Amino acid sequence: MNVVRNAYLALVALFLVGPIIVISSVSFNSRNFLSFPPKGFSFRWFVEIFANEEWFSALTNSVVIAFSASLLAVAVALPVAYAAWRYGIRYAKVLLSLGIAPFILPPVIMALAFLLFFTTTGMYGWFVSVVISHTMFLLALPLVTISLGLESIDRNLIEASHTLGADDRTVFRTIILPMALPYAIAGFAFCFVLSLNEYIIALMTVGFTYETLPIKIFNAIRYGYTPVIASIAVLFLVVNVVIFGLIAIFGNLPRMLGALEE
Amino acid sequence: MSDQPSSASFGRLLTLVPPSIAIGLFFVIPFSLIVLSSVAHQLQSGDFVFGFDTAHYERFFTSIFIGRAVYSAILSFSIAVISLLIAFPFTYVLTGFSKRTRTIWLVYILAQLSLSEVLIAFSWQILFSRTAGITNLAVWLGVLDKPFSLAPSALAVLVGLVYLALPFAVLLLFPALSRLDRSLIEASQTLGASPVRTFFTVVLPVSRPALISGGVTVFVLTLGAIIVPQVLGRPGHWTLSVLITDQAIYNSNMPFASALAVILLLMSGAVIGVVGWLNRGSGK
Amino acid sequence: MQGLIIDDVTKRYGPVTAVENVSLGFDSGKMVCFLGPSGCGKTTLLRMIAGLDLPTNGRISFDGADMTSVPPHKRDIGMVFQSFALFPHLSVGENIAYGMRIRGASKAECAERTKELLELIHLPGVEDRRISQLSGGQRQRVAIARALALDPKIFLLDEPMSALDANLRESMQIELRLLQQRLGITTIVVTHDQTEAMTMADEIVVMGHANVHQVGEPQDIYKNPVNRFVADFIGTSNLLPAKMVAPDQIELHGETLKIATNTGDFAAGTEVLLLNRPEEVMVRNRGQKKPSNSIPGTVSFVRDIGATIEILVDCQGQEVISMLTPKDSPNVEAGMEVYVEMPVEACSVLAV
Repeated sequence: MNVVRNAYLALVALFLVGPIIVISSVSFNSRNFLSFPPKGFSFRWFVEIFANEEWFSALTNSVVIAFSASLLAVAVALPVAYAAWRYGIRYAKVLLSLGIAPFILPPVIMALAFLLFFTTTGMYGWFVSVVISHTMFLLALPLVTISLGLESIDRNLIEASHTLGADDRTVFRTIILPMALPYAIAGFAFCFVLSLNEYIIALMTVGFTYETLPIKIFNAIRYGYTPVIASIAVLFLVVNVVIFGLIAIFGNLPRMLGALEE
Repeated sequence: MSDQPSSASFGRLLTLVPPSIAIGLFFVIPFSLIVLSSVAHQLQSGDFVFGFDTAHYERFFTSIFIGRAVYSAILSFSIAVISLLIAFPFTYVLTGFSKRTRTIWLVYILAQLSLSEVLIAFSWQILFSRTAGITNLAVWLGVLDKPFSLAPSALAVLVGLVYLALPFAVLLLFPALSRLDRSLIEASQTLGASPVRTFFTVVLPVSRPALISGGVTVFVLTLGAIIVPQVLGRPGHWTLSVLITDQAIYNSNMPFASALAVILLLMSGAVIGVVGWLNRGSGK
Repeated sequence: MQGLIIDDVTKRYGPVTAVENVSLGFDSGKMVCFLGPSGCGKTTLLRMIAGLDLPTNGRISFDGADMTSVPPHKRDIGMVFQSFALFPHLSVGENIAYGMRIRGASKAECAERTKELLELIHLPGVEDRRISQLSGGQRQRVAIARALALDPKIFLLDEPMSALDANLRESMQIELRLLQQRLGITTIVVTHDQTEAMTMADEIVVMGHANVHQVGEPQDIYKNPVNRFVADFIGTSNLLPAKMVAPDQIELHGETLKIATNTGDFAAGTEVLLLNRPEEVMVRNRGQKKPSNSIPGTVSFVRDIGATIEILVDCQGQEVISMLTPKDSPNVEAGMEVYVEMPVEACSVLAV
């Protein structure tokens, strides 16, 4: 029984991690073409991301978009999640559902919607358009994490704060905000990572004016291989692991993913 | 809380104005535009004017596109079933690990889940390639005479999509399986059931709602895949999402792209709705 | 008018009435316990005094000032919650100083007062600890210190002992009572534990089903419960259906028994309940002469737990409990035929 179990676990783990191992080894290849097993060892393809102007500008675009969109998403999500939780305002709950909807649908639908909207309003290809699009598409993440954080606050704490002389505003500032902050940061981090990796919406809003990293990679695949892509895959995976690792260390990851913890 | 004496509710609503504008302007309006555009007139020039023209839907129902929609649905359904079959036992074992091991796995799975579809498609393209792919490994092991390319092919699309869906399947099953009352398992075992029998008679039925909702999410997720079918498949393996992108960007036919998007929306909505209805009352 | 006045207060949640037409008044400096089973409305009443819930009808005033719709943060109260509700993101010191800080007190003032309060609750020097590092008992003390930090006019405690284990609970009851007496602060404690109420209270309010049944000093309530509900809830009672035959006599199981008090002035022929307490009831061997004011029965069970011996006697299908101490050396065992003696001064009657 245990043999079967371990063999199965090993197979799934190999399936999950295997491709990543191959990509990493390719990225450290010293030759100018793809080969596996790799020939030689070199960091040149990592250096290339920062040294090559085209790759570096795509990286900069992606980071700026991800940062702004995540910040905006948290700013939009916080009042909605708060009003829905604290006062149970029905309108806020409607906004909450509307805000989560774009993330649930196949992304091409929202991508097309943004393409239509921005061509109609004459904003097609503007940098701000992709920021807005990513904000709306990823709004669900801070909405969900912040709602989770707020739900973890014992209502007695708020009442206790009231009995100690705090008005609504003071309660928000001294109790609710500090307790919900880790969850808001987690929402920001989720947003950031997913925006960095997002392809189709970026393509349909700014695909022909600004290149983000995923767009640049896709174009590069079509015109021929370069090991830079492999090094970017490794870089992205490392960034993802670091960010989620930080959430796991400073926040309660299993709780955020919906498991009850003691 | 509504019972608590406090300040006017006007102030509370005021903070909802900016989010309302954001969600109204940048979600509700763009979303409505798809529906409007799907019945607009397409002009020869490539532009379109709003109106009421059902031509794009007629085109859908009378062309190869309806076949592509059915193919997309079948493909997504298969991916959902395969990834749940792989993920369920894996997640079940995962929840039994120590907190530390579990968290490391969760971090890795989240990181892989967030990895751009572009990068995943690229990775598998390498793995399936003649020059650097897994067939080289087989040659090295002496199983094959010479390496060959595995992509583009239906199998490559299938493997790529399962790889894309698997982390989602694991994370969607994780909450239900970690909340699973372990005493149920112990109870079953004290009643004489073997671990395998316990798995099928207790663990699986108790997790039914999570399996169903996880399956729906993976189904919708796979419907949305764009890069993997393009990179790892031939045009014959393209899904509805790829065709929408193709119509919108490379054929500049926005109304038809919109009509296809509405069909895709209805397909996802129908599955979410029907399964939600079947699953009613059994969730928490 | 000094003290706390609750005037004809009613609280409804939709169709459910949690508190119905309750009127109470307490002098300043008293310790009052709201005692009753869960769901009797005692916590709702406390929350209305705190301002956390608003009454549907009626008024609440402190020292003559109407407080009915004043929000909790302007009421000058201190409250200890059942869960203690300590802020997990703040240290012990920050928790205690919370009320002072939001009123703009300086760091030095807060530190000094916090130190003073920690000494008061016998936990000096724990200012910088995290809440998660404290034991249940320590958390309760910190919650008490936090509630007292602003010298509130009224001190409210909602089931303060329910999160503590049994041994700690008993010593904390005494400690809380001593603290209250030292500070002379008007205090209201909600509890479902009658021992707790008897230990701490100057005055007990017995509540059941949204109503107040009896208000009085602990011993008075114990000795003279006004109805069956109070008699059942406070201590253990023997309640036996009987019939009045004279103003000071009843008929029970064919025997005529004398009673000491007939506060209800029940007339002869009325169906009543004979009430007495187990510690007043004696069990006699059949071999002896039948004592006066006694009925025959059969011992059904003897529960000897060392300090006390409880004898359960079956008297024509009804159970009578006699509680004795080892000094009484009752020398009975299950199945033995006995007389149950209920002394005249221990007997009173209640309405059925």
